[in-house]
Amino acid sequence: MEAALRRRRLLVFVAEHAVLIALAIAFIAPFLFIVATSLMSTQQALSPDLWPNPLTWNFNDVFERAPLLRYAGNTFLYAGLSTVGVVLSSVPVAYALARVRWRGRNAALLLVLAMMMLPPQVTVVPLYSFWSDLNLTGTLWPLILPNFFGDAFSIFLLRQFFMTIPEEYADAARVDGAGELRVMISVVSRLARPAIAAVALFAFLFAWNDFFLPLLYTSDNPDNWPLSVGLSHFRTTHQVQWNVTMAATLLFMAPVIALFFCAQRAFVEGVTLTGVKG
Amino acid sequence: MTAVALTEERRRARRRAAWRRRRLVLLLMSPWIVGFSVFFAYPLVSNAYLSFTHYDLLSHPRWIGTSNYEFLFEKDPSIWPAVKNTLWLVAIMVPLQVVFAIGVAMALQRARRGVGFFRTVFYLPTLAPPVAATLGFVFLLNPATGPVNTLLGKVGIDGPLWFNSPDWSKPALVLLALWGIGNTMIIFLASLLDVPKHLYESAELDGAGAINRFRWVTLPSITPVILFSVVIGVIEALQYFTQAYVAATIARGGQAGDSLSDLGYPEQSTLFFPVLLYQQGFRFFNMGYAAALAVLLLIVSLAVTFIILRRAERLIHYQGLVR
Repeated sequence: MEAALRRRRLLVFVAEHAVLIALAIAFIAPFLFIVATSLMSTQQALSPDLWPNPLTWNFNDVFERAPLLRYAGNTFLYAGLSTVGVVLSSVPVAYALARVRWRGRNAALLLVLAMMMLPPQVTVVPLYSFWSDLNLTGTLWPLILPNFFGDAFSIFLLRQFFMTIPEEYADAARVDGAGELRVMISVVSRLARPAIAAVALFAFLFAWNDFFLPLLYTSDNPDNWPLSVGLSHFRTTHQVQWNVTMAATLLFMAPVIALFFCAQRAFVEGVTLTGVKG
Repeated sequence: MTAVALTEERRRARRRAAWRRRRLVLLLMSPWIVGFSVFFAYPLVSNAYLSFTHYDLLSHPRWIGTSNYEFLFEKDPSIWPAVKNTLWLVAIMVPLQVVFAIGVAMALQRARRGVGFFRTVFYLPTLAPPVAATLGFVFLLNPATGPVNTLLGKVGIDGPLWFNSPDWSKPALVLLALWGIGNTMIIFLASLLDVPKHLYESAELDGAGAINRFRWVTLPSITPVILFSVVIGVIEALQYFTQAYVAATIARGGQAGDSLSDLGYPEQSTLFFPVLLYQQGFRFFNMGYAAALAVLLLIVSLAVTFIILRRAERLIHYQGLVR
């Protein structure tokens, strides 16, 4: 009886890890095939071969076929300025919602939540016409500027974190004669650094990955395309060349994955703080 | 009593303090007040107005009454495919994502070794930018030379046309979505690890098998997270755009034809509601009609949001759960 139980446990143990291993292979396989294809010759990429032979370096080609550096520059401009804007504008709003008592605070919080949950498509027609009236369609400004006026998701995430900071720290600073802005900047924001890092990271990733808004506002002006829009046009312009397309795809993924390994702590902090964020 | 005791000077000081506080709140909230008015409240109102007009961006909006809505509910041949496709996402893709995320999280929860490694592997695809991930999947699933059909061929299965078949394009999008369940998986993992161990032990002592333990111990503990993920999934399904747009345009690829008809390819099977809205507004420049579609989307989203906000108290204080 005892021996049978132990053997069953062992089998269950192996089986459970077998499931994990199979899942891991399924999750990694797409990356592997993309890498393999990016290293194939054009000829071979058109065949059902799975493994590159001979190895071909297509990554230089990518830069010759599309102004990838320009796209990357646009993406960095969009993502960089958005990140700055989101942090600068969302910290004070979150502070007011979390640590200052005032009438209408809960109503404002509910509006923030509503903004967070409604699809961007519900306001897209008037907003497009708004930016068009300002002659800013075709540029990156319609994507960047709104971030300087508070981002609902970031406000909410920061508010949740600010709530957890004990009031004693703030009081200690107030006794020392610090005004409320001083308390916000040098006490609460300092203690909330992990949350601010997570917000900055998510803002950067959101802009990096964003496709809908750049497609909407920059489509007509390829000079201002970010990587996401440039890449979506890649195969239509360079038809069936899967090897070059996959090389470009990898170049677009790589910085995000590198960022993940550099900033894993901020990621973990952010995901556990927020639940979900795509 | 205290009010009477207050001297005039004290009262003035108090008023000054209240004024200072109000000024502080206004100062702190000012970015959001501008953002909310200009980028949210005004467009919502303006959109409602535009939905009653003919508007092509070039000339001024012209009032046409309820014509847009009549076209929407009675004539537009694309509306039902778009609504049906979006409901398909809600009814099939969202539940599959949640079930798969729970499954992966449970497999991970039982791992004794290499937890960190496996967690990273399952999380990594979530980081792939949607455009890149979609391009990758269109390649992986391309019918002629894609690795998936090649591998299926090796075991004697004739692979489907995936993104080139109206029956298989949505299942292909589901595969793409399942690849990216990392975030959902992480919160399920966290909630599974929160289930008190002694509950499992006592259930086991009572002779409960694996299925009963799942049914009576695990499931009740993670129900709030399941509800939460379904809600988030529905919200995301209502705005599902990028993957559908990229898959349709890339899979259609070099095929001849004007670029106006590539959305929804093949045969409107990937024409989801936001794709239709984009097509009407920004390909055909029927912006008044797109505004009417946006009103419909707004009403449905508000209904979903309302359900969530009614539970907001709980969600707000249930830290670590809310996005």
